Amino acid sequence: MAAANAITAPATESWVLPARGRVGILCLILTESAFFSIFVAAYIFYVGKSLSGPYPREVLSAPILNTVCLLSSSITIVFAVRALRAGNTRTFGLWWLVTLLLGLEFMGGTALEWHRLIYWEGFTIRTNLFGTTYYSLVGLHALHVTIGLIMILIVMAFTVSGHMSERHAERTELLSWYWHFVDAVWVVVFLTVYVIGR
Amino acid sequence: MAGSIDHEIALGAVDERQSLPILGHIHEWVVTVDHKRLGIMYIAGGLFFFLVAGLQAATIRLQLAVPDAGIVPPQVFNRLLTMHGTAMVFLVGMPILTGFFNYLVPLMVGATDLAFPRLNSFGFWLWLFGAMLLYFSYIGGDGLYGAGTAPDVGWFAYAPLTERPFSRGNSTDYWILSIFLTSVGSTATAINIIATAFSMRCKGMTLNKMPVLAWLAVVVAFMMLIALPPLSAAQAMLLLDRYLGAHFFDTQAGGSALLWQHFFWIFGHPEVYILVIPAFAFASEIIPVFSRKVIFGYQVMVAASIAIAFISLGVWAHHMFAVGMTPAGNAFFATSTMLVGVPTGIKIFNWLGTIWGGKIRLRVPMLFSLGFLFQFLIAGLTGIMLAVAPFDWQLTDTYFVVAHFHYVLIGAIVFMIFAAIYYWFPKATGRMLSERLGKWHFWLFLIGFHLTFDPLHFAGLRGMPRRIYTYQPGRGLEAINLIASIGAVVQAVAVLIFVINVLRSLIAGEEAGPDPWDAWTLEWSTASPPPEYNFAVAPEVRSRRPLWDRKHPEDPDWLYE
Repeated sequence: MAAANAITAPATESWVLPARGRVGILCLILTESAFFSIFVAAYIFYVGKSLSGPYPREVLSAPILNTVCLLSSSITIVFAVRALRAGNTRTFGLWWLVTLLLGLEFMGGTALEWHRLIYWEGFTIRTNLFGTTYYSLVGLHALHVTIGLIMILIVMAFTVSGHMSERHAERTELLSWYWHFVDAVWVVVFLTVYVIGR
Repeated sequence: MAGSIDHEIALGAVDERQSLPILGHIHEWVVTVDHKRLGIMYIAGGLFFFLVAGLQAATIRLQLAVPDAGIVPPQVFNRLLTMHGTAMVFLVGMPILTGFFNYLVPLMVGATDLAFPRLNSFGFWLWLFGAMLLYFSYIGGDGLYGAGTAPDVGWFAYAPLTERPFSRGNSTDYWILSIFLTSVGSTATAINIIATAFSMRCKGMTLNKMPVLAWLAVVVAFMMLIALPPLSAAQAMLLLDRYLGAHFFDTQAGGSALLWQHFFWIFGHPEVYILVIPAFAFASEIIPVFSRKVIFGYQVMVAASIAIAFISLGVWAHHMFAVGMTPAGNAFFATSTMLVGVPTGIKIFNWLGTIWGGKIRLRVPMLFSLGFLFQFLIAGLTGIMLAVAPFDWQLTDTYFVVAHFHYVLIGAIVFMIFAAIYYWFPKATGRMLSERLGKWHFWLFLIGFHLTFDPLHFAGLRGMPRRIYTYQPGRGLEAINLIASIGAVVQAVAVLIFVINVLRSLIAGEEAGPDPWDAWTLEWSTASPPPEYNFAVAPEVRSRRPLWDRKHPEDPDWLYE
C-alpha cells in the first residue's frame, strides 16, 4: 500500500483495564439483587393480606443476635483479606475462622427460629400468605448464606492444609464481596420482615 | 522466524485437527471452551429449534386455514401454541443472539476468548439441556393419566391456570424448569459479555472506539441481568405453590393472580428488547459496510440503545391494560411506552443517515437489513397504536396483537438473524453462501412474511381472538386466514432454500478468504475460520474502524475521531 505517505500514529500509552473477576462478581451481585427484589416485592405486596392467622406480630421476634453476628462477619472478613494481602497467613486463618463461626451462628439461629415456628407454633409455608412469603424470602437468603459458607469452608480447608498465600488475595476478596452482598441483603430482609412486615 | 510460523498457523496451514477420527471431532466439540465453537453450537441449536417450532407454527396455520377445520383437537392446539411461543423465545431467539455475541464480541474487541470460557461452556450445556427438557415434555410430561403432555398454558403461563388444581400432571413443571435452566445459561453469557467488553479489549480500544455491536451486546447483557431474574423468581414461587402448597398465586387463599402478570411482564417486556437490540446491533454493523460509509451518529446510536434499555424496564404493564388498572397507571404506562418511540426513531434515522449518499451494494445481508428497516418501522407504529390504552382495550388478545409482535419478532429479528448469518457465515466457516439462492430466500421469505402477517392485522380488527383453535364461517375471516396460511407455506419454502444454501455451502461453497466484504472491524483481520486463539499477534487499534486504518494508512480514521 501507500507506505510512503503513511501517517504514523502516536504510540498508545499504558493500557490498564478493570480485572475481569471484579466485573464478573459485580454482575452476579446485580442479577442476584434483581432476583431478591422480586421476593421482597412479593413480601411487601402481601403484608396484612393473610386470610387467617397466625400473624407476624404473634409469632415473630426480631433475631438481634443473629443480625449482629452476620453483620460483624462482614467486618472480620475484611480483616482476613487485609491480612492475606499483607502475606500474613496465620492472622488470615484466624479472622477467616471467626467469619465462618459467625456465619454458622446465623444459620444455627435461623434453624432454631424455624424449628420453633414449625414444631411448636405449627406455622408452615402452607399456613397462610404470611407463611408463604416469610419462608420463601428468609429461606432464599439462608440459601445464599449457605452457599457463602460452603465457599468459606473450602477456603478454610485450603488454609488449614497450608495452601493459601498472598497470591490468592484477589480471589478471596471477590468471595468477600459476595459475602458483603449477602449481609446487605439481610439488612433489607430484616427491615422487610421484622420491621415493616410486623 | 517465530512470527511467520504463528502466521501460518493462523491461516490454517498447520492444523492437527484434520487427522482426528470422527469420535475425536465430536469429543472436541463437547469439551470445548472456545467461544467460537460454543457460539456456533448456540446458533446451530437455535436454528434446529427454529425448524421444530416453525413446523409447529405451520401446523397452527394449517388448522386455521379454513373455518371449522379438524386437523388438531383443541388440547393439542393449546400445546402447539404454547410450545411454539416458548420455544421461539427461549430456544431460538435467545440462543441464536447470544451465540452471535459469543462468537463476535471477543473477535471484535480483539480478545483471545471470553473472560470466563468455562462458565461459557457451562451456560451452553445448561441451555441445551433446558431446551431438551422442554421438548422432552412431549414424551415425559404425563405425570397423571389423561392430564396432558406438553405445556398448554400459553407462553406467559398466567396464574391461576398454572396452579395445581387447574394444571394437573407435570406439563407446567416442564415449562418452569426448562425455562429456569435456559435463563441461568443466559445469565452466564451475560456476565461473560460484560466482563469481556470491560476487561478484555485490545490495546487502544477505548469504550468510545468499541464496535457498535459490542456496545449493544453489553446493553443486552445488562438487560438480561436485570430482566431475567423476575421470571426465574416468579417461576420459583410458582413451583413453591405447586409442590409445597404455598399461596403466591393461589386466589383462594388471598394470593393474587395479577402479581404473576406483573412479574411476568417485568421480565416479558424487556425481553422483547433483549431480542431486538441484537437485531439493531447486526444492522449497525452490516448497513455501514454495504453502504461504504461510517455509521452515522455512533455515540447517539449507543446512547439511544441505553435509553431504550432504561425505558423498557418501565413499560411492562402496557401488556395489562385490559385487567383494569387505575387511570394513573394506564396513563403512566401508555406514556412510557410511547417514549420508547423516541430513541427508536433516532436509531432508524441514523441507519437512514448511514445509507444516505452511500455507495450501496445490494448483497443478501443488505437486502435483509433493508427489509428489517421497513418492517421494524411498521411494527413500531402498530406498537404505538397499542400503547393507547382505549385502543388496546378494543384489540387486546386479538390477532392484531399477534400480527404486531410477529412484525417485531420475524419482520425485524428473524430478518436480521438471516442478514447476520449471510454476513458472518463466511467468517465462521471460510465459505460464502450462495448469492443466487440467498436472493431467492430473501424474496420468498419477504413475500411469505407479508402474505401471512399483513392480513392478520385485519383479522384482529375484525375481532378474531388469538389462541382460538378454530372459527366459524361467515364472519369475514375466511379469506384473511387462507391468505395467511398460504403465506406460511411460502415462508417454509424460503426457509427450506436457506437450509439447502447452508448445506450446499458447507460442502462446496466458494472460498471466502479473511475479508470477503471489505469490512472494517477486527474479526475480518484474522483467517476464516479464525484460529483457536483468534489473533496471531495481539491487535492494537486507534479508531472505530481498525481495518480501514490498515488498508488506508495514508488516510486513517483516527485523524478525524
